[in-house]
Amino acid sequence: MGLFILRRLGVMLLTALCLTFIVFWLTNLYPNLEKLAKTQGNFRMSDEAVTSFLDKNGYLQPMPVKFGQWLGVLPGWVHEDAESGEVTGRCFSSATPEGERSSFCGVIQGDWGFSTVFKEDVGGIVATRLGLTGKLMFAVMLVMVPMALIIGVLAGMREGSVTDRSLSTFSIASTATPEYVSGVIFIAVFASSAFGLKWFKGSATSAMENATFENFTLPVITISLYGMGYIARMTRASMTEVMTAQYIRTARLKGVKFSDIVLKHALRNALIAPFTVIMLQFPWLLNGVVIVETLFNYKGFGWLLVQAAGNNDIELLLAVSVVSVAVVLVTQLISDIGYVYLNPRIRIA
Amino acid sequence: MEELSWGSIAARMFLQLGPVWISLIVLFTLSMTYKRRLGLYGKLYDSTIGMIGFGLVMFWVFVGVYGGPLDMLVTHDPLSQVSGMKNKPPGTPMRSPDEGEYAWFLLGGDNLARDVFSRLIKGAWVVVQIAPIATLFAFMVGITLGLPAGYYGGRLDTILSFLANLILAFPVILLFYLLVTPEIVLTGIPNYMALFLFVFPLIFMCILLNSRYYTQPKIRTPLLIGVLGGLGWLYLSLVSTDGSVVATPTYAIPGLPPFLDLFDIDPGILVVFVSVVFVNSPTVFRIVRGLAMDIKTRDYVAAAQTRGEGPWYIMLWEILPNARGPLIVDFCLRIGYTTILLGTLGFFGLGLESESPDWGSTINAGRRLLALYPHAAIAPALALLTLVLGLNLLADGLREESLRD
Repeated sequence: MGLFILRRLGVMLLTALCLTFIVFWLTNLYPNLEKLAKTQGNFRMSDEAVTSFLDKNGYLQPMPVKFGQWLGVLPGWVHEDAESGEVTGRCFSSATPEGERSSFCGVIQGDWGFSTVFKEDVGGIVATRLGLTGKLMFAVMLVMVPMALIIGVLAGMREGSVTDRSLSTFSIASTATPEYVSGVIFIAVFASSAFGLKWFKGSATSAMENATFENFTLPVITISLYGMGYIARMTRASMTEVMTAQYIRTARLKGVKFSDIVLKHALRNALIAPFTVIMLQFPWLLNGVVIVETLFNYKGFGWLLVQAAGNNDIELLLAVSVVSVAVVLVTQLISDIGYVYLNPRIRIA
Repeated sequence: MEELSWGSIAARMFLQLGPVWISLIVLFTLSMTYKRRLGLYGKLYDSTIGMIGFGLVMFWVFVGVYGGPLDMLVTHDPLSQVSGMKNKPPGTPMRSPDEGEYAWFLLGGDNLARDVFSRLIKGAWVVVQIAPIATLFAFMVGITLGLPAGYYGGRLDTILSFLANLILAFPVILLFYLLVTPEIVLTGIPNYMALFLFVFPLIFMCILLNSRYYTQPKIRTPLLIGVLGGLGWLYLSLVSTDGSVVATPTYAIPGLPPFLDLFDIDPGILVVFVSVVFVNSPTVFRIVRGLAMDIKTRDYVAAAQTRGEGPWYIMLWEILPNARGPLIVDFCLRIGYTTILLGTLGFFGLGLESESPDWGSTINAGRRLLALYPHAAIAPALALLTLVLGLNLLADGLREESLRD
């Protein structure tokens, strides 16, 4: 088991490294750098001005060197201006006294770089935005998981019954409704003047400081709905399988109450598969988060991703992708380990 | 001219979609009559859910085909702006309709005073055109790589699985934001990806036919020359635009000359197409690999091995036909997922032009005025919902029917 986790961690690290390099490479392609220079300077910069801006800020070094600097395994660039003699570098500005200038500053040293859009340290921005998204995700999990399990168990309890048919159709419909469709419909019905039902707010901006029932319901429901159907269908599938097992039949023949059979005998064995699915659902939720945060104007992690990508803010984008890749890989690992613990029949050598 | 009531809007839309209803009725009567002779497709008509799903899907297919290339059904030009129709509610009459012009905006006007109904129908064509083809390409890539990975296992499997997991670990939206930008189109990366991804159907067909007719060179050689020639021409026309395969400001790789080029693809559409295929193929790869690993232990595979069949014959003519059930079901689900992805791209304003009538872009344009004029965003939202729902119901019906035998 220990060896298995170690090997998985190794693969995870390699995957994360490859992915960050791909992001790094894509954001550092010349047209992207040109766009960055023009948004930082002005849009009518000449080609020479663009080149000198990029050179001054260390963007024109070879790709692996830049990546090494970002990681913190190579010393950061130092640029000396030919005319003024001003010295700038990746790890210090011209105002930093000479003795305090460090040569290495990268992810390994805990320095995530500087955001060109927000003019702030990347680490701080990502932490605050992640906190906000964490709040949203917590609420989503609180709504989505119990609802999905209840629907799945009720539907799988008696296969082929009317309850099963209607609940299964409902879960199919919910998986067929992407967030941008359900969000738009919810806002139009519950928050617009056209239908006259102004029960909730169509914007969740105020929920960042103070989440209330009124401003937080719609975003939470929108994300939950899309993820719910899938988990419910998986729960239903595993529940129907368990309900046909020998030990359930034995219990029925002994005259155990149906509710006791479901709750005490079937449920525990039926919840193994949904656990994995719920864990693997996290990366999907990230997708939903980006859409919902854009739609409801909730400035969390998803909103940050859109801002970083839209403005080619390289270091912010790298931090965002590291975080999201880490979420994907860690949930995969947890689901694998959890599966083994929950299901003693599976042993990993 | 007065405003239409909801009842008459519905009636007029029903009449406007007349050809679609007729085609649906013809299709369903024909299929119902001959359903016992139509295999899995015929069995679909035994399940109510499958029939409802298939009906919804075919409705949008007919709407797309009639409304797109044939230019029927639409009441107005989807791009022209009509004065006085900005943000007007459904059923608003036009101020001064020309002779012979449809006098109402059946589903109202959007924020640029264009007809929502006509844009909805034109948008259906964009989806009906891209989603199935992109899914098919993703399947070709997934099958061609997944079968050997599952069949041979070992190092090949490790490497391919690692690459697939690498792409799968990428958040889809981040990948889209990185790939589908005008700057990336300038670097020519989408063209290289197109070159790589679109070659898979060619390889697939080539191996498929070669492994089957390997022992009969008299049939094989002309067949291969014909099929490869045709597909190769299509492939070259697909990847080359204006006589070059990759054209960046600094260099260009020459391709098919323009007079041989059958069709050109807009670079915006190409990059959308390529990224959708790229995102979908690893999942297909994983499914095919899993199926191949399961099926290769069966007796008929062992029998084929004993007969001395080659590995590719076993993969493509023994394993693949026996894996068709789950693959067909997944194909339907995946078209739905691709539709959602296309909508997501439109929603974030990536790839397609902002005036494009596709549903995602229309929802994106309509959401800013959602609180005041919801009709412009709700119409495409419901359209997308029904299409994806139809595909999911169809997949469910197919799964049930294919499990029955």
